[in-house]
Amino acid sequence: MAGDTLVITPSKGWQPLDLRALWAFRELGYFFAWRELKLRYKQTAFGAAWAVLQPVLMTIIFALVFGRLAKLPSEGKPYALFSFVALVPWTFFSQAVSQGSRSLISSASLVSRVYFPRLLLPLGSVLSFLVDLAVATAVTLPLMAYYGELPSAHVAMLPLVVVLLFAVSLGVALLLAAANAQYRDVQYVVPFVLQLWLFASPVAYSLSLIPDEYRTLYAVNPMSTVIEGFRFALLDTPAPTPSAVAVSTLSALLLLAAGAYYFRRTERLFADVL
Amino acid sequence: MPDAIAIERLGKRYRLGELSRPTRVTEAAIDAARRVARRPGRAGRARRDDIWALRGIDLDVPEGQALGVVGRNGSGKSTLLKVLARITEPTEGRATIRGRVGALIELGTGFHPELTGRENVFLNGAILGMSRGEIRRKFDAIAAFSEVEQFLDTPMKRYSSGMRIRLAFAVAAHLEPEILLIDEVLAVGDAEFQRRCLGRMDEIRRSGRTVLFVSHNSNAVEGLCERAIWLERGSINYDGPASDTVRQYLRNRARLAEASWRPADAADPDLECREIRLVAQDGSQKVDFDRSEPIMVEFDVVVRRTNHRLRIGFDLANQEGLIAFASAHVDAPTFADAVLHPGRHVLRAEIPAMLLNHGLYSLHARLGVHEVRWIVHEDDVLQLEVKGVEGEAGQRPGIVLPSIAWSSERTASEPTLASSL
Repeated sequence: MAGDTLVITPSKGWQPLDLRALWAFRELGYFFAWRELKLRYKQTAFGAAWAVLQPVLMTIIFALVFGRLAKLPSEGKPYALFSFVALVPWTFFSQAVSQGSRSLISSASLVSRVYFPRLLLPLGSVLSFLVDLAVATAVTLPLMAYYGELPSAHVAMLPLVVVLLFAVSLGVALLLAAANAQYRDVQYVVPFVLQLWLFASPVAYSLSLIPDEYRTLYAVNPMSTVIEGFRFALLDTPAPTPSAVAVSTLSALLLLAAGAYYFRRTERLFADVL
Repeated sequence: MPDAIAIERLGKRYRLGELSRPTRVTEAAIDAARRVARRPGRAGRARRDDIWALRGIDLDVPEGQALGVVGRNGSGKSTLLKVLARITEPTEGRATIRGRVGALIELGTGFHPELTGRENVFLNGAILGMSRGEIRRKFDAIAAFSEVEQFLDTPMKRYSSGMRIRLAFAVAAHLEPEILLIDEVLAVGDAEFQRRCLGRMDEIRRSGRTVLFVSHNSNAVEGLCERAIWLERGSINYDGPASDTVRQYLRNRARLAEASWRPADAADPDLECREIRLVAQDGSQKVDFDRSEPIMVEFDVVVRRTNHRLRIGFDLANQEGLIAFASAHVDAPTFADAVLHPGRHVLRAEIPAMLLNHGLYSLHARLGVHEVRWIVHEDDVLQLEVKGVEGEAGQRPGIVLPSIAWSSERTASEPTLASSL
């Protein structure tokens, strides 16, 4: 008989992350992501095209309202392109957060019937949106070509920006998923928070509208650096300042740590409250 | 040899406020405020609304043993399994488990109607703890076992419930943990399906795995397990050989059972059912019968108006829910052409001696107007136990155990084998 011995005792307070268990169950995490992907665009006429259509539709609205009517500056780039490049990571963030925060509730029957590290549910959910992100990013290239823009060498920085984006999204998704399991109010709060967050991020407008002395404070919202990073990598706009990058990275890591530990702390209750 | 499962003083408490936990922030805030206002400090230990689903469980299961767990609904059976499967945490005590655990709380956990059968096999397998390679290796065997091979690429929403269960069981049957925890999965499916489930579980047991088997079906517990515990209000009430435990449990349950039943709603223009009773030959009411005595089912009814379509009857089901037989008063030659005239009647159905097998049976009331409507249609209104008589060889399979007439006739004077030599 295999040597693995398991001791079951009540747990109290803060729990270690237990990355080993996550690793042992990595295939299930992959299956969760795969299931989400499979189901996301089932029975939709446009299928995976929605991954692109969502930012495209938002871009059209933004281009009309903020570009044409409000005439917001766009750092010398065509406004549509300027906002689309920001909407690609933003769509990832908002969808990963809203789906991720629902992941425990929508799989309640699993949680109350099978053991696995619960973290895999929001993790799989957030992971599955990476595919949408890749598709939407790929669509940026022909759009840039249409406007006569060529990606610079800075495109090599994109993976790093995506890592930052992933960390923020997962952190927020974990916090909200755990809170949502106990307090269903969360699901009503999420859309509101996301809307607020959208306007707190330089999606529709340019960072140049923020006074210099507030830039570092502004970077506490890691999404600001993510979006500026996307623009920098694809459109060759000015790079985020080192201090902004440092502040955003720190803030993203804090969010991720807070999300993971809060999730682990409340995890033992999930089967009883869902 | 170390025990596969060692449980010490295990307890699981549910706060009533946790079962129906505040699901809104406002409620939680009010709750917290109340807690602070009522008792400062750490006084809230033994609150009135605490429920101990399990308390003080001490149990060792040696490697390779099949342990049955019986008990009423809410006795803590499922909680015990959920704690051992790490679905929920204990409140106190500890359990040590040596070996890879597989838990079957429900068949087809995680099945999604939009996914195909094939996709669901992979998903369900992964959820039950199989690796992708393992599922791929066993896929053909699972498909063959399920008997739905030709529909594996059809979305599951087009499956019948029977097909879904077969596929779910096929996956579960190929789970190969060292310790298997099973909860009531036999409660679904038809007789044939249940037979296959039991067969497969018997194989698993024989292969030397440790099995913890929670079931209502005490026959199955007796057949599959060498040892069984009986849980009552979260504690172990009896621990011993499966047959002893099951007997103790059933005796206790039968004692609590009523020998008569009244429907809640008796108002009907044609017929009022006052009471249904189980009666022995001597006229006394009881629920435990010997095989050697007939069982009377009495219907105390008031006929309000003559209706030749009136049917007064019952179904008798065994413990697995299979109908042993169905009967109505018009079946009997005495009622063949007769109608029941208005007035109070006591109808008596006699189930002959030496017909039913040993075990528990359940009576479903079936009173109605033939092909028009039911007047009383309720399942499990009465329970009865049939016990073996002295000298009968042990348990036999079958819902009924009638005494069959055998005879022999000698057709040749010499054995043919001998003459050919």
